[in-house]
Amino acid sequence: MSKDNQILEEFTSREYEHGWTSDIEMESAPKGLNEDIIRFISAKKNEPDWLLEWRLKAYRQWTKMVEPKWPNVTYPEINYQDIIYYAAPKQKATPKSLEDVDPELLKTFERLGISLTEQKRLTGVAVDAVLDSVSVATTFKEKLAELGIIFCSFSEAVREHPELVKKYLGSVVPMNDNYFAALNSAVFSDGSFCYIPKGVRCPMELSTYFRINAANTGQFERTLIVADEGSYVSYLEGCTAPQRDENQLHAAVVEIYAMKDAHVKYSTVQNWYPGDKEGKGGIYNFVTKRALCAGENSKVSWTQVETGSAITWKYPSCILKGDNSSGEFYSVAVTNNYQQADTGTKMIHIGRNTKSRIVSKGISAGHSQNSYRGQVHVLKRAENARNFSQCDSLLMGNTCGAHTFPYIDVENNSARVEHEATTSKIGEDQIFYCLQRGIDEESAVALIVNGYAKEVLNQLPMEFAVEAQKLLALTLEGSVG
Amino acid sequence: MLAIKNLSAQVNGKQILNGINLEVKAGEVHAIMGPNGSGKSTLASVLAGREEFEVTDGTVEYLGKNLLELEPDERAREGIFLAFQYPVEIPGVSTINFMKTAVNQVREHRGLETLDAVSFLGLMKEKMKLVEIDQSLLNRSLNEGFSGGEKKRNEIFQMAMLEPKLAILDETDSGLDIDALKIVANGVNKLRSKNNAIIVVTHYQRLLNYIVPDFVHVLYKGKIVKSGGKELALELEAKGYDWIKSEVEVA
Amino acid sequence: MTNASVHSELLDLLTEAVLVQNELRTEAMQVFRKLGLPGNKNEEYKHTPITRALEKGLQLRASFVTGGALPNEDQWKISGLNAYHAVLLNGSLLPEKSFLPSQVTAMPMSKASANLQHVKDNMGTYADFRNDAFAAWNTAAWSDGVYLEIPEAVKLDKPIVIYYLHDSQAGQVKSVTRNLVISGRNSEAAIIEKWCTTGSNTVISNTLSEIVLHESARLNHVVLQSDTDAHIQYLFNQFWQHSGSFLNSHVITLDGGFIRNNTRVALDGENCESHLYGLYLLHKNIIADNHTVVDHRKPNSYSNELYKGILEDQAKGVFNGKIFVRPDAQKTNAFQSNRNILLSDKATINTKPQLEIWADDVKCSHGCTTGQLDEEALFYLRSRGINKDTARAMMLYAFASELLDTVNDAELKNYLDALVSERLHKNF
Repeated sequence: MSKDNQILEEFTSREYEHGWTSDIEMESAPKGLNEDIIRFISAKKNEPDWLLEWRLKAYRQWTKMVEPKWPNVTYPEINYQDIIYYAAPKQKATPKSLEDVDPELLKTFERLGISLTEQKRLTGVAVDAVLDSVSVATTFKEKLAELGIIFCSFSEAVREHPELVKKYLGSVVPMNDNYFAALNSAVFSDGSFCYIPKGVRCPMELSTYFRINAANTGQFERTLIVADEGSYVSYLEGCTAPQRDENQLHAAVVEIYAMKDAHVKYSTVQNWYPGDKEGKGGIYNFVTKRALCAGENSKVSWTQVETGSAITWKYPSCILKGDNSSGEFYSVAVTNNYQQADTGTKMIHIGRNTKSRIVSKGISAGHSQNSYRGQVHVLKRAENARNFSQCDSLLMGNTCGAHTFPYIDVENNSARVEHEATTSKIGEDQIFYCLQRGIDEESAVALIVNGYAKEVLNQLPMEFAVEAQKLLALTLEGSVG
Repeated sequence: MLAIKNLSAQVNGKQILNGINLEVKAGEVHAIMGPNGSGKSTLASVLAGREEFEVTDGTVEYLGKNLLELEPDERAREGIFLAFQYPVEIPGVSTINFMKTAVNQVREHRGLETLDAVSFLGLMKEKMKLVEIDQSLLNRSLNEGFSGGEKKRNEIFQMAMLEPKLAILDETDSGLDIDALKIVANGVNKLRSKNNAIIVVTHYQRLLNYIVPDFVHVLYKGKIVKSGGKELALELEAKGYDWIKSEVEVA
Repeated sequence: MTNASVHSELLDLLTEAVLVQNELRTEAMQVFRKLGLPGNKNEEYKHTPITRALEKGLQLRASFVTGGALPNEDQWKISGLNAYHAVLLNGSLLPEKSFLPSQVTAMPMSKASANLQHVKDNMGTYADFRNDAFAAWNTAAWSDGVYLEIPEAVKLDKPIVIYYLHDSQAGQVKSVTRNLVISGRNSEAAIIEKWCTTGSNTVISNTLSEIVLHESARLNHVVLQSDTDAHIQYLFNQFWQHSGSFLNSHVITLDGGFIRNNTRVALDGENCESHLYGLYLLHKNIIADNHTVVDHRKPNSYSNELYKGILEDQAKGVFNGKIFVRPDAQKTNAFQSNRNILLSDKATINTKPQLEIWADDVKCSHGCTTGQLDEEALFYLRSRGINKDTARAMMLYAFASELLDTVNDAELKNYLDALVSERLHKNF
């Protein structure tokens, strides 16, 4: 037994590899939050009045709300007046093309493996790169425009496509949906916007890469994806942050609006700085993600690989409003050291013949706490709704915890809802079998963990699946037995 | 190749092996037989380095090295292969992926270049034929949902892939029908050479009709109580283990 | 009247004429006052509007009646069951009406807690009253109950039935009772609880039992709820198991007004075994809520939980099952399953199976399903010439009988079987 613990210990103690900072000249708002700060942010972005009003309204609602206490996580009180709500790299003018972008910025993303320059771009993936509060560059924009696809930063969308933004902003996640969504609605700085026109199948993966760089800064980005009738898009999101001793707040909102026959796949590889081995520092990742399957036969799949953040509070959800619409949620959440994750999904069945599927794999190591929290709600008129949920937990050592909180509410008697959950550990016999074939201990654990998470990893686009596998092994290094 | 001297071992404080002596040379096939609970599988496990077994006395020398000092994966890389009586299931890990990891770690250890995907697949296809195993089976999660026969064939397939110097087959015949038994034995025979050695651990003589041993040892109460040629196995089959038991009690 | 003032009047009503004469009761009363009655924001009562049921059912300005008349035996006795029994009327034990085995120590709780030091010491140490208003109310305000001690190695030949009778013909009734059961080492016993109301005025009952199983004790425990719709019931059974003990718990709910059951088991020893079974057949507009907790505190124990429900009409069912496996409880095996069938489009079910695990070398699983009858099976039966209604009834009965089959006592099983068959047949 003690030997096993030693293996796990060694295996789970590697360092966070994106912990460096870049020296970029920044422009920030003063610390704190009030209506003037919101006006400052809005003015910085030359926003139209309606958007400023929207922000202020959200802010006023936020001041009346209280931070949710129900998640199975603990953290010291957040002082919202001690956060900088806007930080952006100083640029002389809005860059017209990549050539005008500060080379230091390009280098930052280069170092993260995201090349924004023409020759080295990931083929088949268009990237919107967001550093702190603003979008730095978006690749392949012109190529996508030929198909009528709009893929740009949120600020640009507000300028260029105000009618779309106005129509869909807040349509899936209302500004007062919850505490963090309200905060985001008031102060969101940038993010990605994407519109896929009727009948268009987006030929490449669209992706946003988020990087927090500045200290004491919150990141509040907002992503809005509108998939028109019969369209298809696969969207990826990645994120990292420097290693710092203090906690940083990330409160994002993602809204997906899927019309009739539209299909949206949204994948996340979340690798925010998780804090150090003693639990110092790390990102508070309080995110609201929701999709509205508004049209008939629409489909939204969420896939997430969550390895980072000190605290994760996140429930990518689907509102299955259109008849025959379907929602999927595939998740691997790994926690190590003192990380805490409370994550899962909500599947709200409203339309007839709606289907949902939930596959959640939690892995806890070290002193971490990993919770699955999910709701399947079948409303009265949702005839023939179907749901299947599988929630598994793997524990490595006995100083961590795994928790499962599924809420199943059925109000229609034609529904079929099934939920299964298991908890297990890596078998000593499995490790021994690998060893006997000459595989060393560290590779054996990595192999078994990846096997356990395979059903979810399979949902990721190829390039990301490989990344995610490495990340899983990396996150678990040094986990205590 | 292998010299076991006065080996004693216990599990959970219970003594299972009581001074085993055995010498195995390259090119030889040794059969270890014995009634249930005689310590056969324990011996196989101790040689492979399973941790719950505690060696209390004796030495094991393997290719000039003190085997008992090596970690299980080091032993495997040094050429010891254990075909498990109960092969382990690992969900989500395909046999191919598993073997690729193992083969390359073993090759690295032996100072050979690691195989790329193409050469690995080539090697695999060649070895698959030995045990008449289908690739679709190897694409599936390791041993998960395999029949008893498929699991045992998969073990011999892995043996072929890893080219061990000393293979220990632990009750490889258990749960096999006669056709599957022939396929497995046939695979093993093809892997036999003057450079490697095989220890066959079995309760029944049946397997030894197909994998013909040079020596047969009878294990009883953790000790080798009788050794002989292949005819000893036949004698055991005819007279049953009670014969040995009474002989030992008398002595 | 505002909600707040209704609430405060309700609190006053419930605690009316309660004598708070010791430290425990004083603390519990403070807890009750502090927690107040649970609203729908309270996670533990999210789908269980018990406070609303009380506001609706009770007359705030009227007092509770005490005393009452004992109804005829055939109205409340489990027919065909050869058993010992204890009888309580409107919350007071009637020793002269009770018939208890001579090998056990049995007395009214009011007497036991005044005279026996170990009863005083044990009171409130097993059932947590600090986080639940109704448990606090019980601890502060109980008036009587049953104290039972089954001595070491005693094996009872017959089950003991505790009958809680309520007579609300003269007015609304409040019945707050408290039991303590101590199963000695190697003892064997069976305890059945049953409620019966006469009268149409509301009865609010709050029954809390602390049941301790010492080393290698075996206990079969059955809760049978088949009362009238005048009855608003809160029931809390806290089992505490020591090493090697064995528990079979059944909670069978067939009728009533509003029901909230808390069944909690602490496995506080090695090699314990716990089986928790529940069957709820809900109709009309009954709300029935089963909250269960299985708390594995020590290594090497086993628990298995199966709750099944059939819901028709406007009935509402709630199931919340928690399994805790604490860091010390290695090698735990814990399983839980909840299966529901909804027969009407107005019936609803809210289930929340919940696992919280802090030990790594364990096998735990839970599953839950909600659906209708299996159409394939239904078709199969019909293709053999069985008409649709009979086929449905057969399948529903089969669904329920999986649970009835786990009842050990043959006489009790026959009795339950008749009740269940009648319920499932008469509607088809």
